[in-house]
Amino acid sequence: MLEGLARRVRLGRFAALDEQPVNRDGFAVEDPSLGLAALASPGDPAPSLVVDEHGRVIELDGRRAADFDVVDRFVAAHGIDLAVAPEAMALPDVELARMIVDLAVPRAEVARLAGGLTPAKLARVVALLRPVELQLGVAKMHVRRTPSIQAHVTNQLDDPLLLAADAATAVALGFRELETTVPVLAHAPSNAVALLVGSQVGAPAALTQCSVEEAIELDLGLRGLTTYAETVSLYGTEQVFVDGDDTPWSKGFLCAAYASRGLKMRVTTGAGSEVLMGEAEGCSMLYLESRCVSLARAMGAQGVQNGGIDGASVAGSVPDGMRELLAENLMVMLRDLESCSGNDTQVSESDIRRSAHTVPLLLAGSDFLFSGFGSVPREDNMFGPSNFNGEDIDDYLVLQRDWGVDGGLRPVSEARLAEVRERAAHAVAAVFAELGLADFDEAHVEAAVVANSSRDLPEHDPGVVADAARAIQARRISILDVVAALARAGYDEEAERVLAMARRRLDGELLQPAAICDEQGRVLSKVTDPNDYAGPGSGYELSPARRAEIASIRQQRSVAARLAEQDEHADHVRLVSRGPAAIGGDPREVVIGVSPAFARALWVTTGGVPVGEALRQIAAGLEEEGCSCRIVRIHDTIDLGMIGLTAARLSGSGIAVGLQAKGTALIHRRDCAPLASLELYSVAPTVTPRMYRELGANAARHAKGLAPHAVRNPYLEEAITARHHARTVALVSVERSLCESGRAPEELEVLR
Amino acid sequence: MTRAFSGRALEQITVEAVLAGELGADDVRIHPDTLREQAAVAEGHRNPQLAANLRRAAELTALGDGELLEVYEALRPRRSTRAQLEALAARLDALPAPACAAFVREALAAYAERGLLA
Repeated sequence: MLEGLARRVRLGRFAALDEQPVNRDGFAVEDPSLGLAALASPGDPAPSLVVDEHGRVIELDGRRAADFDVVDRFVAAHGIDLAVAPEAMALPDVELARMIVDLAVPRAEVARLAGGLTPAKLARVVALLRPVELQLGVAKMHVRRTPSIQAHVTNQLDDPLLLAADAATAVALGFRELETTVPVLAHAPSNAVALLVGSQVGAPAALTQCSVEEAIELDLGLRGLTTYAETVSLYGTEQVFVDGDDTPWSKGFLCAAYASRGLKMRVTTGAGSEVLMGEAEGCSMLYLESRCVSLARAMGAQGVQNGGIDGASVAGSVPDGMRELLAENLMVMLRDLESCSGNDTQVSESDIRRSAHTVPLLLAGSDFLFSGFGSVPREDNMFGPSNFNGEDIDDYLVLQRDWGVDGGLRPVSEARLAEVRERAAHAVAAVFAELGLADFDEAHVEAAVVANSSRDLPEHDPGVVADAARAIQARRISILDVVAALARAGYDEEAERVLAMARRRLDGELLQPAAICDEQGRVLSKVTDPNDYAGPGSGYELSPARRAEIASIRQQRSVAARLAEQDEHADHVRLVSRGPAAIGGDPREVVIGVSPAFARALWVTTGGVPVGEALRQIAAGLEEEGCSCRIVRIHDTIDLGMIGLTAARLSGSGIAVGLQAKGTALIHRRDCAPLASLELYSVAPTVTPRMYRELGANAARHAKGLAPHAVRNPYLEEAITARHHARTVALVSVERSLCESGRAPEELEVLR
Repeated sequence: MTRAFSGRALEQITVEAVLAGELGADDVRIHPDTLREQAAVAEGHRNPQLAANLRRAAELTALGDGELLEVYEALRPRRSTRAQLEALAARLDALPAPACAAFVREALAAYAERGLLA
């Protein structure tokens, strides 16, 4: 029977689950032959390292020198500390894995040993770590003590004024690196200038980059229009490397070329790229990524952007995929390089799943928690949506606050944002005008300042940006031209800050691993701010000021502010004392027992019903059913069960309604236990005037000896406690302050 | 005291100097000595690879922006013949940029074996 049914119908539960966002994600069956394996594959080589008498590596991870591909060759020549290798390679995988999480083993000692590991060995060690161990490893091994975060700042139109306003917004929020890119390659120089100027409004010394084709990116960097570079991509197999039109030597040369102009640079790697190109050579993602990370170290890069990046969802499609992404970040840290830790691709349609990808790293801390948080709305993120975007800023600020961790961002008031956005848009308009690149009118500035995204901008000529970009290239406009334009237009502070970014290339401090500038202009890096985490009481700690900043989200309210809401309804009803309450004798009488602060200090329920109105509705319900009502204040308890029961014992019928100022209400009978009321509205925010009336009518029916259908609480889908508990705490504190132990109930009369 | 590639002191890189037209590109370029100092810092922090990169960078300060782009282009796969890379290495040696020359020769050997020469 059941089998027949199963063939004919879909279960409602499955049909509903099919509509869940997570089921729009693609999931793959593990297939190591295609590289669809996260942590290990039968195709991964066994770790090995053989060195000849001249100190040359003649075998690396099972491959003889004659068979080395370009990646093996470069890593063998430069990437492994051969003085440490005999000791490190001899240690069992599990012992090395334990040293990573053993807080008694110093970070420097782990990094020393990791320097002697081959790519295959490093991957095997990291694969042994369970999620919480990866987190501990990340907390201990990331390079810079102070965490930071990078923003994507882009828009669909490459509108320079919006880019500048959004750059200033990102800096106000706390981002210390800003990355832009272009939907139209030829616009890159215009975007670089807009970002450079906007990034120095509001606070100094944020770094900026423009992610485009390697040669153009280098050219912009050499002229100072960008202040760091990141998109020097590395791959784990030779074929993908060559398909990407590079080799380890061409990329290694780029590393030195950027450094030769004092420019910070990191490389980009990450699982999935080899799989997507069909060239994973049957190896696991973790092993191929270990090759990339080893290559980055071998080339002398200061840092690595990884954790999936463009291929993050490939890792996400296989078992252990999210774990692999975090393990990638850890491998960078073990190689003692700056980790710019991914989270820059939306890994899932599911909010639960994308949060679950990011939160473990956020809690552990990293050099850069995102290698691109989409600081703009998703439709303007020209990298494609990041795992968190402009829409998620408040969520992220709340997550920092929830966990007491420094995610690098801070709440910003609307007034402050308006101020920096306006100044940034004006400053860039002035630079473009001074340099004869384009003229933007005031209406355009205003539109950019108030816009949420480029969709809010009026239509304008797309040729303007292209012409400006072409002129920047043709005239070889440099950072010095931008400084002069700012100064001539009266933007002295920004001129000074942009020039300071040029000066920063001269001392070379930004070339050390994990270097950033803080808002005081200090360089924080492996050299000046090394991570010294060694367990509780060590490592990065929120200062009291920073903790207060993280705590002060714009949505938080003090008790005083909550009570001010109450004051708006003050004195709309007057309850005057008629002396001590006596026990009634009328069998048709129902007593309404109210709480200590009811209509004394509290005036409106959490459902927004003025307390006088709630009282009137209950009385009307009683009256409709032919009962009379008497109001009594219970002074010596704030517990609704006891309020109701005390009132019931005074009631002629033995039935009472208990009512708290916050709106919770019940029907009680004098012979019941305190918590065993007859009927209860337990969720005050949902109780309407109509429902109070029904409660009154039912109380009357109980008084008459009938057995009415109990009132029901409405069904709720929302997080009702999350919405209202903060307010409830404020109201309860007032009830408690007016509660008087031992004071007898008091008879009240309504004066209207 | 930190100096720019041009020899100008850091303190002289001011907005006033920019407006007076006194500064050129070499005034906001890093000096090779500074890169060698940073290489020593990297060495001291147990990162000989970063140190080597910074020493190559110190040599590359002698190249103009256009020349840097040319060398990068020459090192991309199948852009250069053996003779072209040998000539490039010789040019770098003459600069003198011996570490960069060695780097190019190492690339040449790898490219020859892996079929990446033009």
